Amino acid sequence: MLSRVAERVYWMARYVERAENTARMVTAFNLLALDMPKSVQVSWKGLVEVTGNEDLFDNHYQRDDERNCVKFLLADADNPSSVLNSLRAARENVRTTRDLVPSEAWEVMNELYLFARDHIDQGIGKRGRFDFLSEVVQRCQTLTGLLAGTMSHDAAYDFIRLGRNLERADMSTRHVDVGALKLLKKDGEDPEPYEGLLWTSILRSGSGFQMYRQHVKRRINGVDVVRFLLQDTAFPRSVTHALTQVQDALEKLPRNELPLRLVIQARRHASSAHVEELIAEDGLHAFMDVLQRDIGDIHGANAETWFLAAPAQAQEAA
Amino acid sequence: MAIDWKRYDPTPFYDELIEKPGRPRGPASALAEYLASLDEGEIHSRKQAADNAILEMGISFTVYTEGENIDRAWPFDIIPRVITRREWDQVSAGLEQRLTALNLFIDDIYNEQRIFQDKVIPRYVLNQSKNFREQCVGIKPPQGVWAHICGSDLVRDGNGQFFVLEDNLRVPSGVSYMLENRQVTKRVFPELFENSSILPVDEYPTQLFDMLASISPRPQDYPEIVVLTPGIYNSAYFEHSFLAQRMGAELVEGADLVVSDDDCVYMRTIDGLERVDVIYRRIDDEFLDPEVFNPDSMLGVPGLMRAWRKGNVGLTNAPGAGVADDKVMYAYVPDIIRYYLDQDPIIPNVPTYLCVNEKDRAYVLDHLDELVVKPANESGGYGMLVGPHATKKQRSEFAQLIKKDPRNYIAQPTLDLSVAPTLCGDEIEPRHLDLRPFILQGVRTDVTAGGLTRVAMRKGSLVVNSSQGGGSKDTWIVDEEN
Repeated sequence: MLSRVAERVYWMARYVERAENTARMVTAFNLLALDMPKSVQVSWKGLVEVTGNEDLFDNHYQRDDERNCVKFLLADADNPSSVLNSLRAARENVRTTRDLVPSEAWEVMNELYLFARDHIDQGIGKRGRFDFLSEVVQRCQTLTGLLAGTMSHDAAYDFIRLGRNLERADMSTRHVDVGALKLLKKDGEDPEPYEGLLWTSILRSGSGFQMYRQHVKRRINGVDVVRFLLQDTAFPRSVTHALTQVQDALEKLPRNELPLRLVIQARRHASSAHVEELIAEDGLHAFMDVLQRDIGDIHGANAETWFLAAPAQAQEAA
Repeated sequence: MAIDWKRYDPTPFYDELIEKPGRPRGPASALAEYLASLDEGEIHSRKQAADNAILEMGISFTVYTEGENIDRAWPFDIIPRVITRREWDQVSAGLEQRLTALNLFIDDIYNEQRIFQDKVIPRYVLNQSKNFREQCVGIKPPQGVWAHICGSDLVRDGNGQFFVLEDNLRVPSGVSYMLENRQVTKRVFPELFENSSILPVDEYPTQLFDMLASISPRPQDYPEIVVLTPGIYNSAYFEHSFLAQRMGAELVEGADLVVSDDDCVYMRTIDGLERVDVIYRRIDDEFLDPEVFNPDSMLGVPGLMRAWRKGNVGLTNAPGAGVADDKVMYAYVPDIIRYYLDQDPIIPNVPTYLCVNEKDRAYVLDHLDELVVKPANESGGYGMLVGPHATKKQRSEFAQLIKKDPRNYIAQPTLDLSVAPTLCGDEIEPRHLDLRPFILQGVRTDVTAGGLTRVAMRKGSLVVNSSQGGGSKDTWIVDEEN
């Protein structure tokens, strides 16, 4: 299999996963904002921060109000990770590997991008936001399912799985970050009573609310939610589970020593973390940074091992 | 309204199917009769079936306009064009003769240059040729073959005589559409294939593979063959990907290949570097190797020429082969055939005036309203003047161009291109067409049975290029004796 082709399907999977997770995150936060009393303010800017693109945001926007933040996350042409840019990049990667992926996948991908492009204003505005984002999430899932169900599970598919799960692990650390950054602003009143709602919303970002309920069986609290999203071995969007999937895909690929070593190390970091201490000592955000760096290193090792040299490919780094 | 051949007017031109109103030509009679038996609804449903098949099979070509790539469905007319096998055998022999002579010529140009010493062609023609590559001087590719793949454009005049209009020796395209047109026609008119012997065309990918394998520097059972494409933005990308798939070859871009210190070519795969034996390149000479040609090329592979010169990789068509498809060289092809093969050309050339010759130039400038003027090095129908259809202003602009750079222009009489019945909206009308057969030359020579028929869909138009609104037809070589 050509390195270029491997790189394209890998990025296709990453971008689709990124678009879906960003859409989920905005949805969940949106619901949270609606639940809060007027006296407690939610920080939309915090969402921009967890994506790691706040410098870009600050360069382009004066005010960090809801509209600007949502616009930045969903539609901004200068934000390489905006939903629209992610879908555009994913589409371009499918377009250039059309001989490899099932033709229905190209059709779904193409329609998904066109849908997002044509309806993006609905997502930015308040009224159509929920419907727009649900539609994006659903179509991303259709694509993922279609690839799983109709594409031979060969090396190309291993690269898709690799990209998807690496991105998923990264995005899950960012969902946790929403909690770490304490995005509820105090305004005279103590926001403490609303923290439960915040953690619920974080679970919803990763579609984990229902599964948490079934498996954790305790009232929703920060420590258990972070443990669940970080360390649960059965929930497909937990960091540990996603990294196990990454490892699984890596094991099938040739010359895998370097990335394999790194993923095992990263998974150990995630699964051995003392969540209670991290929260008590205000170390959660710093720890998510460590995990995000681990994930970045795995990506670097993937690129070094299998992809074309950097100059030929102007893809964004992880 | 069903087709009534008595109401069809084949015009004063040579009609491929209908000799005169109500009388189809012999080899086309079964087809004409069958078409006449279909009512209007049936014809439209066949047309619809063809359009659906084209969409479903993803047969497209790319047009690049206003910074956007648009994939367009391949334009296809359901009524095939029919040629008898007896006539085709003759054409086929002529094409083989022509390419054999052209390869001897190219090999001579880059080596001894006997043809100039013997004064058959004046040397200045070469000195001013844009497609001569001095980097290729002294090279002897395997079997002395430079142009392994040739697409020659044939036209018929008013008497039905075939002429060669041009030879494409660089990166001729269209063969995938020839193959797909047949697939579509089989779906649309399966009944017709049962009752007549139409020669198959689908051997092409196998023949192409065998030819490519035959120039591998490492004779073995499984040579690594790749198709080198400029990428998705190229208008012929569909074909590159199609041929790679049909041959089971890898479709690569320049960045996928690397020439190592051992002067061998490798491709970058997830398993590491893998040696490449033969490259079917679909990018132009100038972009092939930035070390030797255009240094800014991002499409090519640095060091490729080194590897080829050392015989470590087969390259097809060989760089520099385009020297023989220049339209000025074209005028000398009959002389080239006589010189190298000592035979008379089987298929004639279209009479050609070389503007570089003073006498010819004077004639051309005097007769611009009757002639077609073409630049020597363009393809795709760009930059030409069709005298009888041009305005006075366009003609005087061309007169200036010719005077400024006479070597770059040739002129030919406006040909009475043949026509064939074509479905245009609700009516069957005659439209002009040409034919591009493909010739493969390695250890042996293979000519396609027929080729790609291109149709000018606009009434009266002579421009058949798909980039300029041309369509296409399936081409049948019918064996009447079987």
